[in-house]
Formats: sequence, C-alpha cells, structure tokens
Amino acid sequence: MSATELAVQDVNASLRLAQPKLPRWAPALVGVLAVAAAGLPALLLGWGVVPWLILAGVVFLVALPLWSLAVENRRAAVDRLMTSLVWTTFGIAMIPLIWLIWTVVKNGASVISVEFLTYDMRNIIGPGGGIYHALLGTLLVTGAAALISVPVGLFAAIYLVEYGKGSRLATWVTFLVDVMTGIPSIVAGLFALALFVLIFGPEIRLGFGGSVALSLLMIPVVVRSTEEMLRLVPDDLREASYALGVPKWRTITKVVLPTSLGGIITGVMLAVARVIGETAPLLVVAGKTDSVNLNLFSERMTTLPVYIYYQFTQPGIAPAGTGGEAPGIARAWGAALVLIAIVMVLNLIARIVGKIYAPKKG
Amino acid sequence: MSATPSLAPPDGGPQVDPAAARTPRSRGDRAFAGTARAAGIAILVALAGVFVFLTLEGLPGLSQSADTYTPNTSFLSYVAPLLFGTVLAAVLALLLAVPFAFGIALFISHYAPRRLAVPVAYVVDLLAAVPSVVFGLWGARSLAPYLVGAHDWLAAHLGWLPFFEGPASVTGRTVFTAGIVLAIMILPIITAISREIFAQTPRLNEEAALALGATRWAMIRLTVFPYARSGMVSAVMLGLGRALGETMAVAMVLSASPVVTLNLISNTNPATIASNIASSFTEATPAKLHVLIATGLVLFAFTFVVNFAARWIVGRSQRRMAR
Repeated sequence: MSATELAVQDVNASLRLAQPKLPRWAPALVGVLAVAAAGLPALLLGWGVVPWLILAGVVFLVALPLWSLAVENRRAAVDRLMTSLVWTTFGIAMIPLIWLIWTVVKNGASVISVEFLTYDMRNIIGPGGGIYHALLGTLLVTGAAALISVPVGLFAAIYLVEYGKGSRLATWVTFLVDVMTGIPSIVAGLFALALFVLIFGPEIRLGFGGSVALSLLMIPVVVRSTEEMLRLVPDDLREASYALGVPKWRTITKVVLPTSLGGIITGVMLAVARVIGETAPLLVVAGKTDSVNLNLFSERMTTLPVYIYYQFTQPGIAPAGTGGEAPGIARAWGAALVLIAIVMVLNLIARIVGKIYAPKKG
Repeated sequence: MSATPSLAPPDGGPQVDPAAARTPRSRGDRAFAGTARAAGIAILVALAGVFVFLTLEGLPGLSQSADTYTPNTSFLSYVAPLLFGTVLAAVLALLLAVPFAFGIALFISHYAPRRLAVPVAYVVDLLAAVPSVVFGLWGARSLAPYLVGAHDWLAAHLGWLPFFEGPASVTGRTVFTAGIVLAIMILPIITAISREIFAQTPRLNEEAALALGATRWAMIRLTVFPYARSGMVSAVMLGLGRALGETMAVAMVLSASPVVTLNLISNTNPATIASNIASSFTEATPAKLHVLIATGLVLFAFTFVVNFAARWIVGRSQRRMAR
C-alpha cells in the first residue's frame, strides 16, 4: 500500500519536474514571427510603420501565451502574458518622453543664438527678439519665492521634527502641508492675485505676487523633504550633544542641520526646479511685458513659461511672401529648450549635491 | 568651620553658574523654538489666507449681472460645464495613465534587470520635471497634428460609441488629445508613488510565494498587490488631483467652448475650470475677474475633497491592515 503510494508520489514529482517548458529564445522567436506576420497585411494594404508595429504587438501578445498554454500550463501562460504586457507598457511610455525631448531640441536648437539670449521683445513685431527679459524675470521671481519658502519651510520642518512631536499644532501642520501639496497651481496664483487686488486695487500686477504664489507651491515640498532628512539624523548624535551640555538650538544648528545638509539642499533644488516651470500662477498675477523689468514690486514681469505661452497663443504674423510659420512659434520652441535645460541642470546639480553630502556609511 | 568659607565659592559657583548659563541658553532656545513654531503657524495662516482671500474676492462673483456669465446667465450654469469638462479630461487621463503607471512601476520594481531599472526610474523622474507649458506646446504642435489620423479612425470605426461620435476634428486639438497629454503628465507621479510601495513588499512574503511554486505574476498577485492596495489607491487619487488642477497643457491644446458633451473627438470641446481661467483671464473685466476667482474656489474645493478622500481611504485600509 504504502509502497505504491510512494511510487505514485514519485511519479508525480518526476512528472512535475519534467514538465515541458518553452525554450529561452521563445519570446524572441515569437517576436520576429509577429513582426513578419504583421508585415504581410501592412505591405499589402500599404500601412505606415505605426499600425504595423501595433499589429505586431497584438500578434505577439496573443501568440506567446497561446504557445505557452499549449506546451506549458495555464499559470505559465498568464505569467508570460503579464510579463509581455509589463514590458509593452514600458516601451510605449518611453515613446512620448523621447519624442518630446527630440522635438524640443530639434525645433529649439536652431533658434538659440546670442541675440536670442540677450535681446528682449521690445518693439519686435516680426522675427527677431529674444528671451532676455523673461530669463531675468524667471530668476528674480523664483529667487524671491525661494527666499520666502526656504526659511519658512526649514523652520516648519525643524518644528515638526524637534519641537512639536505629538502636539496638536504639529498634527495640524502635517495635515495642512498635505493639503497644500494638492493645491492646483492656478489656485495659488488666484490667491496671490486676490490678496494684492484687495490691497492695491484690481489693476495690480507685479512680479512679487508671482513669488508669493510660487512659495505657496514650494513650501510644502521643502517641508516634506527637510522633514524626511531631519528624521534620518540618528538620535545618538543629539543625545551626545546634549550630554556635553550644548543647548538644544545649538545642537540643531551645529549638529542636526550640518548632518542633513546634503539632503536639504537636494530637496530645495528639486523644489526650485519644480516651481521654475510653473506657468499658470505667473500668468495670472505677474502678467506679461515686452521689456526688461528688474523691480519685483512694481509693474508686470514676464517669466520664461509665460513667455512661451504668449509666443504660442500670439505668435505674430510670418513675413509676407515667405509663407513660413509665424515667428512666435520658433521663439516658443527656443524658450522651451532653454527652460528644459535650466530644469535639467537644476535636477542634475541637486543629485550631485545629494551624492557629495550624503552621510558617510560605516 | 574654616572649611565652610573655603567651600562656599565652589558651592556658590554652581549656584551662580546655572543662572548665568541658563539665562542666555534658555533665551536662545526660546527664540529658536519660537521661530520654528512661528514657521509652523505661518503655514496655517497661509492656508487660511488662501480660503479667506479666495472667498472674499470670489463671493462677489456669484452674483454679477447676467451678461458677465455669457454665454450663460448665472454662476451655476457658468461653472457646471467647466466642472464637467474638468472631470471629463481628468478621468480620461486617469483611464489612460493608470495601467501604464502600474505597469512601469512593476517593471522597475520586479521585472527589469537592475541595470535597466535604475536608468528607467531616473528617466520617469525626468518626465515629471518637464514644465507643463512645454507639454502644452508639444501637445498642440506635435502630438495633435499626428493624432488627426487616429481621430478619423476612431470616428469611422467606433463612431457608434457616444465618445467617438464625430465629426472628427481636422486639427486634432480635442479633449482626446488633451487627455493623452494629461495622462503623460500624471504618469510619473503615479509611477513614482506606486513603485516605492511595490518595492516595500516584505521580501519574505515574495520568496515564500516563489518557493511554493508561484510564477512571477502569481507572486505579484498574491503578495505585492494585497500589500500595496491602499498605496495604489492613494497614488491614483493624487494623480487625479494633479490632473484636475492642470492648466497650461489643456489651455494650449484645446480650442474650447462651454458645452457639455461626451464627444471626445469633435471640434467643440468642453473647457476645464483651470484652462478657462487661463484663457479668459487677460481680457477679464473686474466683474469677470470675481467670477473667475469664484470658479477657482470651486476647483480648490473639488481637489481638496479628492485629496481628502484619498487620505481617508488610505487611513482606513491601513487601520484594517493593522488589525
């Protein structure tokens, strides 16, 4: 009895181990066949490359699991289907990014010149002109926003981590920082506008209003990242400092902050990179002008994103007879390339700083 | 007896010393703690300020003369189509983005070889850093003309659905295109959050599933998804919040009119609240400005509710997991 049972188990086990499996090159083979099979109708009906690839993808997604179902089992077939699907989503999602970067570089690179970077748009009707005023505006508005939000964000994070543990104010601040991350950017702009309109009358537009709006968007990001970094500082360090008789605030400024400095700087730079591309709030409250304005507290001030928006919506008229594109569109692409470059450089610096100042391990 | 006076100075020293030391120390401490607390309070004040000032400036917008609300006649009839457009575009974006976002997150956390996973994660983060106005420019100038063919195809083959009724737009600047641009924009957020949650699945659970003979997909279905469910919901809701408030991409892609239609591919498209503010802002009279600010308040309240619901769902399921 028991011997036969054992034998049956043995046979079962060996059966399972010897279960047929598709060869390792099966996906590649199916892929090639799918492209070939889809190529037939594509060639016959004269399709483009994109429908061809879509059809090939569908054929692959059907054929490989079916083959697996025939040779292996149902679970393996489902696994193969999901693996192919996950790889497909990845492939498809890479398309827009590469397309976007390529388009911006292709259209923008030819526009950028010394003139484009050092001229403003004063008295420019046709082609020509540049982004000088918008560059300065972006730097000023974003710089002022950082000046407001870095101290507030930093101290709020210090409060949350070092002082307010468990207090009611701290719970409220944590909750409201969550809420603030969800504020749509245009609402932040409307808030700044409402504030300054109430004080100065309905016609007021000023660069500083943009800074206020941006800092509303920036503070939660700074608080979040700083808070995370401060929590990473080991309590041993704080206690060692207290044991030496160092007061709490000296401990924070001399021990806790330097330890987490790299992470804090990274967080701040990423926050700046996020708000530097914000358009809607600046469109609403900082307005648009064609010439250089270096005073944050009076008159309209163009920033780079707003410049792109207006060059796109009001591109002007192409020179008669050329029949080409309106000149504003080219300027918009050029400005977009500059803006993306700024954002990417900020991101890169942030990551490098984070690497350099990362706490040494071991 | 003679020892007492000799002891007195060291005794008195500590008596004087703490007082001398404590005063500056506690003053500095008090000032620093006060500054930190003030920063916390400043955040409360700022958020209260958003409510207060938007309400102050927005309330007059509820009761302007009828011609301010052209082509409608009252605030409700003005804001309703905009709210509809906002939700339509955001839901469309969500439907398109969510499968891809989870797919990429799984790809990074469980499928890709490590050499590929790190650069892919970095590239997705870069996608998040691209400013929205650049997305708008690309969507309107590159993507929209390219999608005209797809619009025609949808109208011809799926025209029996109310969404693709047609007639297909010849410019491609439709809610359909705007939804795709929005989807690309919210993809990195949902991916980043869900990727982190997927990666936090307890390693032992995964290995236990694999040891019992689960295929990789079965392992993900049995260990990763149950563990990550609440995080996935909150990731989707945060993406929805971002899609609801996105302004520039929609304003630049759409040629909008205040209509209520489910038709995604025709030339008449519903505007969203945010894009309507951006596009009708420059020519706004003070009266109209009040109206626009009031619509902004509606948008704020709406996104607030969505975010709040997201956190509530997460909190509830966390409690259930803890039990």
